[in-house]
Amino acid sequence: MITAGIDIGSITAKALALSGNEILGSRVAFTGYNPEQAAADIFGALLAEIGIERASIGAVVSTGYGRNAVRFADRAITEIICHAAGAYFQDPSVRTVIDIGGQDSKIISIADGGRVRDFAMNDKCAAGTGRFLEVMSRAMEVPLDSFGEMSRRSKSPAPISNTCTVFAESEVISLISKGVQRQDILAGLHESIASRIASMAARIGVAAPVMMTGGVAKNGGLVDALERCLSVEISVTPNAQVNGALGAAVLAAGGLEKK
Amino acid sequence: MADEKKTVDPEKEKRKIKSVRRMKEIMTAYYIDAKNAGKSGRKVAWITSGGPVEPLIAMDVIPVYPENHGAMIGASKMGAVLCAKAEETGYSRDLCSYARSDIGASLTNGGPIGGLPAPDFLVCCNNICGTVLKWYEVQARKYNVPLFFFDTPFIHTDFTEDARKYVRTQVDEYIGFLEQACGRKMDYGRMEEVGRLSVKAQRLWRDVLETCAHSPAPMTAFDAFFHLALIVTLRGTRVVVDYYTELLAELRDRIARGISMVPDEKYRLIWDNLPVWYKTKWLSDKFAEHHACLVADTYCSAWSGVLDLIDENNFLESMATAYPSIYINVSIDRMFVILKNMLVKYRADGLVMHSNRSCKPYSLGQYDLQKMVMKELGIPVLIIEADMVDERSFSESQIETRIDAFMEVLKQGR
Repeated sequence: MITAGIDIGSITAKALALSGNEILGSRVAFTGYNPEQAAADIFGALLAEIGIERASIGAVVSTGYGRNAVRFADRAITEIICHAAGAYFQDPSVRTVIDIGGQDSKIISIADGGRVRDFAMNDKCAAGTGRFLEVMSRAMEVPLDSFGEMSRRSKSPAPISNTCTVFAESEVISLISKGVQRQDILAGLHESIASRIASMAARIGVAAPVMMTGGVAKNGGLVDALERCLSVEISVTPNAQVNGALGAAVLAAGGLEKK
Repeated sequence: MADEKKTVDPEKEKRKIKSVRRMKEIMTAYYIDAKNAGKSGRKVAWITSGGPVEPLIAMDVIPVYPENHGAMIGASKMGAVLCAKAEETGYSRDLCSYARSDIGASLTNGGPIGGLPAPDFLVCCNNICGTVLKWYEVQARKYNVPLFFFDTPFIHTDFTEDARKYVRTQVDEYIGFLEQACGRKMDYGRMEEVGRLSVKAQRLWRDVLETCAHSPAPMTAFDAFFHLALIVTLRGTRVVVDYYTELLAELRDRIARGISMVPDEKYRLIWDNLPVWYKTKWLSDKFAEHHACLVADTYCSAWSGVLDLIDENNFLESMATAYPSIYINVSIDRMFVILKNMLVKYRADGLVMHSNRSCKPYSLGQYDLQKMVMKELGIPVLIIEADMVDERSFSESQIETRIDAFMEVLKQGR
């Protein structure tokens, strides 16, 4: 059976089609202000891209903040369960998932069989999320895609004390005006996020192997900082950003579920 | 939405607790009495929710609770506006929303009942928090009335004999203060009667809550939050005993007839901390959607939690031990024992902790309690961040995701 997962996040929408163990295709687009439309559009685009009729898709599971807006989905499942399922599908040995998305960061502890043992999420605050990095990207005039590579050149990361996105932005601006190098500010930002994630991770405990998912996993500088902060190796797969949609498609196929 | 309200769903009607109407009548009469105290010549005292109300009842003083008022403000969704009024005059948004909404209401005569009747004096007991000390000082200055502090030392390990004596001395001072404020002597025979009625009410309240040990539960913690008002405000009076007797009979009848509050109850959860007053309906529906019933909570049970420490035939003596011993005036180790017993007794599948931005003494330690519960009992714990009255601190979609995910985890575990 071919199944699909639709992950409507706060910033990006992701869609993925799965046939057995094979990923047929996936897409990422901006969510915009209308999650229902975003879901329909990205699903349509995905079907066109892989050349499959809607009728051939056996089941669709939606996830993410807009999960309940996806009218054509058979079921809505939260991103916690989906990210765990996606990571488990990619590597069944994974015991901890760190997912950093647009407005959420979460740590998911996985039990044998891919079930979620426990999870922790950020509180009502955008610090330590993709949105935080977007704000900083504007302040620094550095495209997000360059964050990882540029921060890796830093020899002395600038300390960023504020945990609030808005105040951290002012702090960054004052660092810029003091002439602190961009790579050092970027590295400092990554460290501040990593320490925030680490304290959240400590609540539920981090068991290896660890996989990082979500769009922010594409930022290698942050992954490095997290590895240092947690003293653990973190794997990132090419499917990191669409991992939630992948998990949704896995769950749509009945994976992991006990009847 | 409007159409849904008009149609009567017989299934929903069957599940409604009928005593609710009587409860509303009693609370309405109570607030009318309090608002008309000036005409009847009775004194009005403002008192904290954990404070010793029984001597007030014995002196025929009408006790009024800014915290109960705060709960009403929250339930009426007027919290943010009144909190903002207090903030405009310089109070920090980090201050407790009961304090802010009370101050806001007293500045504007705002809120669901147009403000509380002005107090003749205030009674402040710090067994619930330290904020009340300054809050009550502020109000004592505003109304220019006397204030009595009933100081209950925090219990870290054991309640020492020295601490007991210290509190016991204050019981006499308290009565002296009341005699002066009311201009007459305490009738100790009456006080004994009030003490007995208070204990009787607390027993009934405990029994009411414990009906939910039955599966399926005849009511949920959300119902308990509503029925709680009487044990808080008027314990020591006959009307409370009569009401809880009636409610208990109704709940037992529901059990006998197999009427549960949550249709098809599958998961039993315990709630920790104060209710989110402006979202009780939403939260109740959210959990019910997952066939989850909040069968008990640490908050409502605080008003019957020290029963074992009270001697109904020696009330004044034993209240010196009982009042400092309530749930949030004790160490995390002691709280854990209470929580653990509750989780076991109610056969809970999970624990939902409300990390309440307003109530620091209640929320501090929740992450430790979470770890202790998971380690010792293996029961999953969800922590949601909100505030009891200030709806600006509630993020619906974030909380919805957390609850949905938590319930999915519970389902996976089955």
